[in-house]
Amino acid sequence: MKQNRKTSSGLGQLLIPLVALGILIVFNIFRDISFFSIGMRVNNAGNIVLTGNLISIIDSASELAIIAMGMTLVTAACGGQDISVGAVGAIAGAVFVKVLQGMGAITIGSVILAFVLCCLATIVFKLFNGTLVAVFKIQPMIATLILYSCARSIAYWINGDATPQLKSSIISSIGKTIPGIPVPTPIFAVILVGLLLFLIFKFTSLRLYIQSVGINQGAARLNGMNPIMIKLICFILLGVCVSVASLIGVCRLGQLNHKTLLVDIEMDAILAVAIGGNSLGGGRFKLSGSILGAYIIQMLTTTLYAMNVAPVNVKAYKAIVIIIIVVAGSPVVKNKLTALWKRLRPVPVPEGAEKEG
Amino acid sequence: MKEKRKGFALGRREPLTDTQMLMFISIGIFAAMYIGAMLTLGGGFLKPQMIFDLLNDNAALIIISCALTIVMIGGGINISVGGVIGLTVMSCALFLNNNGIESAFLSILLTFLLALGIGLGFGLLQGFLVSHLEIQPFIVTLAGMFLARGLTTILSVNPVKVTNEGFLALVSTKLKISWLGYVAQNGNLIPAKIEIGAVVAVAVVFLMFLLLRYTKLGRGIYAVGGNRQSALMLGINVKNTIFWSYVISGLLSGLAGFVFLMHKPAGNASVAMRSEMDAIASSIIGGTLLTGGVGGVIGTFFGTMILATIQKIIALSPLNASWWQEMANGAMLSFFILLQSVVLMRKNRSGSRKRKGPDGKKKKTEDPAAQSGSS
Repeated sequence: MKQNRKTSSGLGQLLIPLVALGILIVFNIFRDISFFSIGMRVNNAGNIVLTGNLISIIDSASELAIIAMGMTLVTAACGGQDISVGAVGAIAGAVFVKVLQGMGAITIGSVILAFVLCCLATIVFKLFNGTLVAVFKIQPMIATLILYSCARSIAYWINGDATPQLKSSIISSIGKTIPGIPVPTPIFAVILVGLLLFLIFKFTSLRLYIQSVGINQGAARLNGMNPIMIKLICFILLGVCVSVASLIGVCRLGQLNHKTLLVDIEMDAILAVAIGGNSLGGGRFKLSGSILGAYIIQMLTTTLYAMNVAPVNVKAYKAIVIIIIVVAGSPVVKNKLTALWKRLRPVPVPEGAEKEG
Repeated sequence: MKEKRKGFALGRREPLTDTQMLMFISIGIFAAMYIGAMLTLGGGFLKPQMIFDLLNDNAALIIISCALTIVMIGGGINISVGGVIGLTVMSCALFLNNNGIESAFLSILLTFLLALGIGLGFGLLQGFLVSHLEIQPFIVTLAGMFLARGLTTILSVNPVKVTNEGFLALVSTKLKISWLGYVAQNGNLIPAKIEIGAVVAVAVVFLMFLLLRYTKLGRGIYAVGGNRQSALMLGINVKNTIFWSYVISGLLSGLAGFVFLMHKPAGNASVAMRSEMDAIASSIIGGTLLTGGVGGVIGTFFGTMILATIQKIIALSPLNASWWQEMANGAMLSFFILLQSVVLMRKNRSGSRKRKGPDGKKKKTEDPAAQSGSS
């Protein structure tokens, strides 16, 4: 396992997801080339927008991609997953809508204020999770099971039974498109969050710290790091990701439904992390892998819809494809394939790779 | 030197003591809660029928909680149990309605075998993927859950009601114990009623207790969950042990599906939705740790009963609303988790003082490796 970690290069980790994406694309080319066509049309509000399956894939995977990024950090540092992201997202949405309603008119200022408050609320809930995980040393999945089971009830309690509507051009320009720009806004949100994390990792040593805490917490502590702090930072970053995703989710529909907002997204986010080649046991991570994983999941779903599979049945086919991807990525199968490859093509290999086989 | 050895000998029983201590905590809290409900709410809680009702309503949940406990003791997780119940219920309901077999006994027997077969299939597949291909159990069983839920809706999107008369007769068969009954207002004696499913659930708990306690496989599961490397060095076939734990877990989920159908004879796409999380919560409350090696089905049984009692208490109290119920569940869960964490931390601290330092350290360094296998 550890030798694997050492020898796998950056590209090696992305190999399986890239191949999976490639196969999906090739499959779609042979199935129906018009799947990839991108067109322009005028939407209800009179703006010119891009349309097409590719755009809709990238657009509707935005929430998943953003949450998958945060999930990657938590997974890497804690060696476990946060399963309460969807439910806490419902709280974030409830706070956002409650603040907007309390202020009356929807202006840019009130949206920003509401977003900041909803960010703070999410961070508080994520810190609750983080404290259980980091300070009380409870397994992340169990610690987050608490909010998973009751956060949607808290959202209900904040906002009452109604499904409040938000009607404003500002809301629709966050959730759909800004007038004059044909690309859907959620795509920019993904880029923004990705860029933010990239800059954080570029100018601080956080990446190294997260990885060392994830690989060996005791050693990291002896080297002067504070594992509790690092884990809490990861949960805070996840909280920010969740509130951005929830903002998009609320604005996309223009209404809040605490039962369906970001529902079941935690499972898809964990899948995205795993498909991206990241170990669910913590340690080294690649954000690009998780983002790729999110788009693969969405592309798979859209392809199945395009093949006239009923939405309720999609899960079964999705499961089969997921099993194939993870089997292909499993260490045992990988080692066997490498051994086979070596026997077929004897090339000089570096020392490390020989141990692996 | 000799004294140290004595201390070590005492410490060797530590995992077992952890299990017992956490189990006793949950039994104690269940008793306290039940007596509290008797004193404050009275009414139904004073009748023995209430306990049987709790068992009748939660038989399937008890069985899948056992299924989960076994896998969790081995250091894995199985979140496909709820999905397998849904699939089993749906396919059994369709089979009972459409098989056209004259003999009621044969038709029920075949349905029972179908239920076990579905569970076994999922168990074999997931066990193979987890143990022999070393894929993370969470992902494998997540895919299993998606598969089961998807297949359920492919079978039928609409609810299916069982119309097979033989099976409906089985559903209404109940054990009646008159001396535990009560006298109704009109003077009739109403005997205590126990469904077959409840008996099956209690039997499963007992069998799994025996399996974990006295068989080679059961002890192997504890060893593998506690420390994979040591288990391997002790000569335990780690892969096979994990494989069989998933197979048992799958079989039990199939059985739970049949029991569910005996309680509510109708298939529906949303049957047992999210029940895997209830099962995980029951196991945790009963003292099973997700890290593996600690826990037991007796504790799990009481964990399920605690959750069920909370539900009943809230249903009978003025706060009867689904969201209060969820919040109470969450509060209860956090209380238990914190309690366990504090108890274990205190114990480990005092234990590491008695035991040698390096031992404690070694455990820490191996943590990531153990976790990468577990979740």
